[in-house]
Amino acid sequence: MTDAGMFTSIWQFLSSRGGELTGIVGLSLSVSTTAVVIGALLGVPLGAILGLRKFPGRKFLMRLTYTLMSLPPVLAGLLVYLLFARSGPMGFLDILFTPSVMVIAQVLLVTPIITGLAAAAIAAKEKLSMDTARTLGASERQAAWVVIKEARTGILAGVMTGFGRAFGEVGAVMLVGGNVRYQTRVLTTSIVLETRQGNFEFAIVLGLILLTLSFIVSSVVVHVDDSKLG
Amino acid sequence: MHKTLFELEDVIKKYDKVPVLHVKNLKLEENEIYAIMGPNGSGKSTLLKLLNLLDEPSHGKIIFQGVDTGKAGDSVRLRLRRQMCMVFQHTYMFNTSVYNNVSYGLRLRGIKGPELQSRVKEALSFVGMSDFGKRNALKLSGGETQRVALARAVAIRPRILLLDEPTANLDPDSVALIERLVQRIHETIHTTVLIVTHNLFQAKRLADEAIFLYEGNLIEKSPVPQIFTEPQSEVTRRFVSGTMVY
Ligand SMILES: Nc1ncnc2c1ncn2[C@@H]1O[C@H](COP(=O)(O)OP(=O)(O)O)[C@@H](O)[C@H]1O
Ligand SMILES: [Mg+2]
Repeated sequence: MTDAGMFTSIWQFLSSRGGELTGIVGLSLSVSTTAVVIGALLGVPLGAILGLRKFPGRKFLMRLTYTLMSLPPVLAGLLVYLLFARSGPMGFLDILFTPSVMVIAQVLLVTPIITGLAAAAIAAKEKLSMDTARTLGASERQAAWVVIKEARTGILAGVMTGFGRAFGEVGAVMLVGGNVRYQTRVLTTSIVLETRQGNFEFAIVLGLILLTLSFIVSSVVVHVDDSKLG
Repeated sequence: MHKTLFELEDVIKKYDKVPVLHVKNLKLEENEIYAIMGPNGSGKSTLLKLLNLLDEPSHGKIIFQGVDTGKAGDSVRLRLRRQMCMVFQHTYMFNTSVYNNVSYGLRLRGIKGPELQSRVKEALSFVGMSDFGKRNALKLSGGETQRVALARAVAIRPRILLLDEPTANLDPDSVALIERLVQRIHETIHTTVLIVTHNLFQAKRLADEAIFLYEGNLIEKSPVPQIFTEPQSEVTRRFVSGTMVY
């Protein structure tokens, strides 16, 4: 195919299926963002507990977290699938093949990542800044809060890593969402489908959109972090 | 006659069951400048942390202003700790402005509004850094960092200032400046000062009394010219004469 031919077909694709594309991009963003927000609400406090306190079993929990950080998406998908399948323990909710269950699968993926990276960032800052806060007059609780604030860049990096992971994974959303057109199709599952059907140009366009969005989201977050002094 | 601030009785600090500090008896009086000397690893930083109630001894009693700190609850310990401030060997600046670093201790004490502003201003001008308030605290030179660390302490007007090798990595000009500031803090707010130092001349210049630690033991506590001229023990003599190999 010539370059001109390629652009023409991409143009045709965009004009004929632009609405569908917008829906796909919107769903990708909303599923992954929701999953990351929930993952951060769970993972940052958990990471703070792991990073700040020396309690029995802490080492074991850290190791468990690090193991779960590399949980294969398809396995997370399988677990959630079994949980929410008709015959599964949560089957009565009847949410399999809906965006809700895709969010749940991604929460399972990103929470350990956010927890582990937040715990590491907080533990590193704890060593350096805890006693400084305490000698200046902070109670244990106030000092813990300062440490978390000081670790904000590392925590944010963890959240971004989680977002990247969720936004780019295909195994979990494919299994539990089913890649249903207009309903649960997201960028990654579309790429799989278009590639299988031989529509390589579209697959590449979708891939570029995926990359560009990832880039924009992380730039915005890094910028917000830089510009805030305090 | 000065008032006793600290009284230590048979204090032992262990890390992982290994004793690193043993102080059989120590009394520290108000309004003095003490130098704490000793080779690396002799327990100087450990002693300061115990005095600042940042850590608890494994054994023994630390009595501060008549209160047995080991028996005190968290809120009493916090109240006592808020009368002191420590400047660490490696200063940590909070990732914010110089102003916010200096105001932190005051905000913790519930000070706000115009009083907060004037206290921060006063502390910054005390260390000669009035123009630095808006600067990013992470982008200061070594000497500036130590001055802000002192300003953070001065702002809260501590009764006791604990300094852990505050001039260890500074150029001679900065060292002289920090020493002058320590003297002035002592004179103007009558702060009792404990300064850990490797520099024997610094101890001579600043301190009324010197404490010598060696391998975790308190070997000697003597008034300042004497500890150098007539050390009471053989190890002290070797240390102050510079013939100790460590
Ligand atoms: N948090 C800690 N955990 C284990 N060992 C420690 C800790 N802090 C200090 N030590 C050990 O205690 C000893 C005394 O240390 P320190 O008080 O820092 O000595 P100094 O300040 O005189 O150089 C050293 O052997 C050091 O390795
Ligand atoms: Mg030390």
